[in-house]
This record gives sequence, structure tokens and C-alpha cells, in this order.
Amino acid sequence: MATIKELEVLEEIETGKKYSRTSLYKDAWKRLRRNKLAMLGLSIVILLILIAIFAPLIAPYDPILRIKEDSSLGPSINHLFGTDLLGRDIFSRVIYGSRISIEVGVIAVGISVIIGLFFGALSGYFGGISDAVIMRIADIFFAFPYILGAIAIMTILGPGIVNIFIAIGILGWASIARIFRSSILTIKNKEYIEAARALGASNNRIITKHIFPNSFAPIIVYATMNVGTAIIVEAALSFLGIGVQPPTPAWGKMLADSMAYIDNAPWMMFFPGLAILITVLGFVLLGDGLRDAFDPKLK
Amino acid sequence: MAETDNNKILEVKDLKTYFYTEDGVVKAVNGVSFDLKKGETLGIVGETGCGKSVTALSILRLIPQPIGRIVGGEIIFEGKDLLKLGEKDLQNIRGNRISMIFQDPMTSLNPVYTVGNQVMESLVVHRKLKKEEARRESMKLLEMVGIPEFKRRFNSYPHEFSGGMRQRVMIAMAIANSPSILIADEPTTALDVTVQAQILELMDELKYKTNSSIIIITHDLGVVAKYADRVMVMYAGRPVEFSSVDNIYYKPMHPYTIGLMKSVTRLDEKKREKLKPIEGLPPSLIDLPECCIFRARCKYICDECKKEYPPLIEIEKDHFVSCYRGREFMEGIIERFGN
Repeated sequence: MATIKELEVLEEIETGKKYSRTSLYKDAWKRLRRNKLAMLGLSIVILLILIAIFAPLIAPYDPILRIKEDSSLGPSINHLFGTDLLGRDIFSRVIYGSRISIEVGVIAVGISVIIGLFFGALSGYFGGISDAVIMRIADIFFAFPYILGAIAIMTILGPGIVNIFIAIGILGWASIARIFRSSILTIKNKEYIEAARALGASNNRIITKHIFPNSFAPIIVYATMNVGTAIIVEAALSFLGIGVQPPTPAWGKMLADSMAYIDNAPWMMFFPGLAILITVLGFVLLGDGLRDAFDPKLK
Repeated sequence: MAETDNNKILEVKDLKTYFYTEDGVVKAVNGVSFDLKKGETLGIVGETGCGKSVTALSILRLIPQPIGRIVGGEIIFEGKDLLKLGEKDLQNIRGNRISMIFQDPMTSLNPVYTVGNQVMESLVVHRKLKKEEARRESMKLLEMVGIPEFKRRFNSYPHEFSGGMRQRVMIAMAIANSPSILIADEPTTALDVTVQAQILELMDELKYKTNSSIIIITHDLGVVAKYADRVMVMYAGRPVEFSSVDNIYYKPMHPYTIGLMKSVTRLDEKKREKLKPIEGLPPSLIDLPECCIFRARCKYICDECKKEYPPLIEIEKDHFVSCYRGREFMEGIIERFGN
């Protein structure tokens, strides 16, 4: 008779719970956890996301509420980051501004990843004419300076948050497609892909089940870093006045508005600038750490 | 004979697979014909680049496109010509009715999935089993191929397995749907000798259990001697001799086969003699000559083989040779193993 304890062990063996296993992604996570800078980046990113989600709970004031008598105050207990020209609390505005940045970062990069993966897969897996056409179009996109392209698209579409998503999303696809194509080209000739084909797997199945999971690592790395870039581009567009429209608080716009008063009221510019810096730094550190984690040979 | 005809499970007729490269057309397989009987193990031997693997890949239509193309011939399997089937029908045959084991088990498994998962795949793809059923079924398969502690190992990743164990997993995947033909493309080349023997024993055992036929591709003549029933010897994209394993080993009739036999080390050799390699190198598969392709390296050339390539003729029952002087070997006019 087996005791209860033994039965439990058997059950665990049966379900494979107890047996240590190390998948590619688990391994990467282990290495990532040992990397202090990457963990700092990850903490910044998580903190930022929490701030964006709980902005109404954290911000002491309404970000667009004007208090006339409080105009242009320096940092104090009441207004941690001071107030701007119109008497709005800069701390609250910076808090709310994180929402725009995170949204742009995630959604715009999401759009470029989706477009990029689709065309990258098409180009890398099937090759031939589709490959040539897609890669030449990608070349055209590379030929445009990023900001200039964004300005051009925004001018056509007009300002507004949704248009920023579209502009940055469309501009980013080419690099994703390139990276994905190249990793597909390497994976596609591996023997296990041939083995899968010999097993009778369809093209769809081979792409989604065998090629995707193996070529995802560089995409994750690039997308993470690209979130930082997207945030900067959004800030730049807002700075130039063709991005997010007032009174919605956006860090880039806040910089632009306070530029003229940098001598008299430096806090107006300092805090939004710092927010952009920390955010982008967070994503870049995380991306850097991810790259090392996925490729332990790289040092 | 009607009875033997019914026994044929696969028939390849005049298969031609060419590769269109920048340097010219590489005639990798240039007119290969053979048949495979039910329950039989067929060995295909020949040196590197003689078209063994390409023949195997052609059967499953896995030739890398668009460089490679099957330009002629027929592959009859279960009454259908595989060369005329659409991609969908082919997918139903691959891994289901005909499956394949590859040379290097180290790279033939997908590193991101557990081995159990990969064995399940062929069950899910072909038999549309539910996850639980597929799980149970693949555990059975892993047990069958002799994975120790298969219940635990089910959830391990390929890199946690040794080469021999991975090849066992590959075999489990290949036999999952009890295929009627198992093609093994140098299944033991990447393994060390003791493991080789285990894997080959396993394949042989499973052949009897599942009543399937095996095509084993190798350049190891020892492997062929032990496991194959019939042997096809290939040279430069063509079969040069095709017969039972005994005939090939004891009564070879093609100068190339004879040369191969002479270049094998034998434990039972009384005198300590030097191995006798075949002189020269195999020809480039681009611009093949009109004459016999082995002529440049052959000691027994005649006038006829200068003019045209000798056809594969049945010189005695079930013994095919493509040499004009095959009969002289058979009748002992030329001493085979002399100098």
C-alpha cells in the first residue's frame, strides 16, 4: 500500500510538476534576474505603468485645473514640483503625462510589431518576389529620418493621440520586419523545421508553432528598446505642437510651454524632462538586459 | 509474379531530381528506380553526394525549392503517384503514412518545446487527438522507444537529452502514426558506436511490431549488412547495383560495388593487408559525361561503356547491375577480389 505521501509524489511525477525543466525563456528570465541594471529598468517600467494606471489616485490635483493665485510657484509642500504659468500643479501633470507616454509607447510599438511580424514572416518564409518587394518598401522607410517622417505623417493626418499611434506605428514596422525576416531565414534552415515538414506540418503550423517561438527573442529586445524611442518621438511631436493637444498633459508639450521661462522658473521644464529621461532609460536598460539574457554568449 | 507485385508498397521509377545552381544544373538524382516490399528493410548506400539523401527527400517531396526540382519519374505509393499530389495530400502522407528520421538528432528537435510536446504534435496533426489522449499516447510511445523514466522525461527539453535519447524521441515521433514506410537518413551517423547499435536494434524491433518497411540510408556497409534485406548501391546519382544483401556482399558485379567491398576493414581477414581504396574521385554532377559515369575510375573499362551509359539490367533473378561486363564477373571470367 502506498502512503498518501507516496501517492502525492507519484501524482507530481505524473503531471511533471516536480521535475526541474529549463525552457529557453525560463533560462533567460533567470539570467535577467541576476542582471542588476536590467532589474532596475524593469522596476522603473513597472512603477511607471502603475503610476499611469493609478494616476487619479496619486495626483493631488486635477491636472487641468487652473488655480490663478497659484501661478508660477516653485516646488513646495503643497505643489511638489511647483506650478506652471496657468497655475496647474506640475506634479499632477507629470503623473497624468505618464499615461500618454505609456500609451504611445505600448500601442504604437504594438502596431509596428504586428505589421512588422506579418511582413517579416511573409518576406522571410516565402522569399522570392514578396521578399524583394517588401524589403524594397522597407528600404524606402529607412531612407526617411524618423522624426521627419513622423512630422510628415502628422501633418497629413492632423494632430491627436490616435494619429500619433498611427504615425509612430507605421514608421517602426520596417526595422521589426527586417529583424524578423533575418531570424526566420536562420531558423527556417534548421533541421527541426525540415523534421516538422517531414512530419506533415502545414506551412501555417510551421510558421506559428516552430519558427515564431524560436525567432521571438530579438523582437522582444528590439520592441522594448523601441518603446523608449517611441516615447521620445511622441515628446518631440508634442513639443513641436503637432502631437497631443492641450489641455491634455503630455511631457513634450510641457517642455515646449515652459521653454521661455527656463531662467525664471526652471522647475517647469526640469520635472517633465526628468520624467522623459527616467522613462526612456528604464526601457533601454530593460531592453539591454533582455538582449544579454537571451544571448548568454554575447558579452 | 502477381503475388510479389501486391507486396510492393512503394515503387520509384526513373526518378530525376536536379538542382539549378548558378554554376549549372546539378543532376543529384539521375534516373533512380527501385521498389520497396512490405516489411522489408532496404539499404541505400553510396559515398557522400551520390544522391542517397536527395532520393529520400524526393519521396516525401521535401526538396528545397525553388533551387531543387523533381524533373521526371514516378513515385507510386498506395496506388498514387506522389509527384502528382497537392500540398494538402502530401501533408497527410508525411509523418502519417511515410515518416522520416534525420541524421542529426541534436538539431532535429525544436529547442523551445518539451520532447513530450513534440511527440504529441504528430498525433495532434494527423489523428486530431484531444490533448489528454495525445498525452497518454505519446507517453506510451516514449516508453516503447525505451526512454527511461518516460513520465518525468516527457516534460524535459531536448537539450536535457543525450544524442541517443534524442534519436529515440525522433523515432517515437516518426512511428507515432504507425507509418507503412520509415525513411531513416543516416540515423546513426551522429551517434557513437554503442548507441548506434541500440538505435538500429530499436528500429529493427519496431519494424516487426508495427509491420512497416524501412529505407535506411547510410554509408556504413556494416549497418547495411546486418539490417538490410536488399541493398541499392548508388554512384553519382544513379543506382549501379541493386540486389539482396548477400548478393551485394558475396557476389558483387559492378566494379564500384567491388571496390567498395575491398575498401572495408574486416575483422576476419587472415592476412594483414592494406585497404584498397577506389582510385580517383567521383565526378562533378554538373556536365556528366555520356559514357558510363564510373569509367574514369574503373579498372574494367570496355569499348561499349565509352559510347553510352550501361542500363540497369537484371543479370540474374533479382540482381540488377548497370555494367556491360557484369556477366563476366558472374561467370567468373574476371576474378573479383584479385588485384
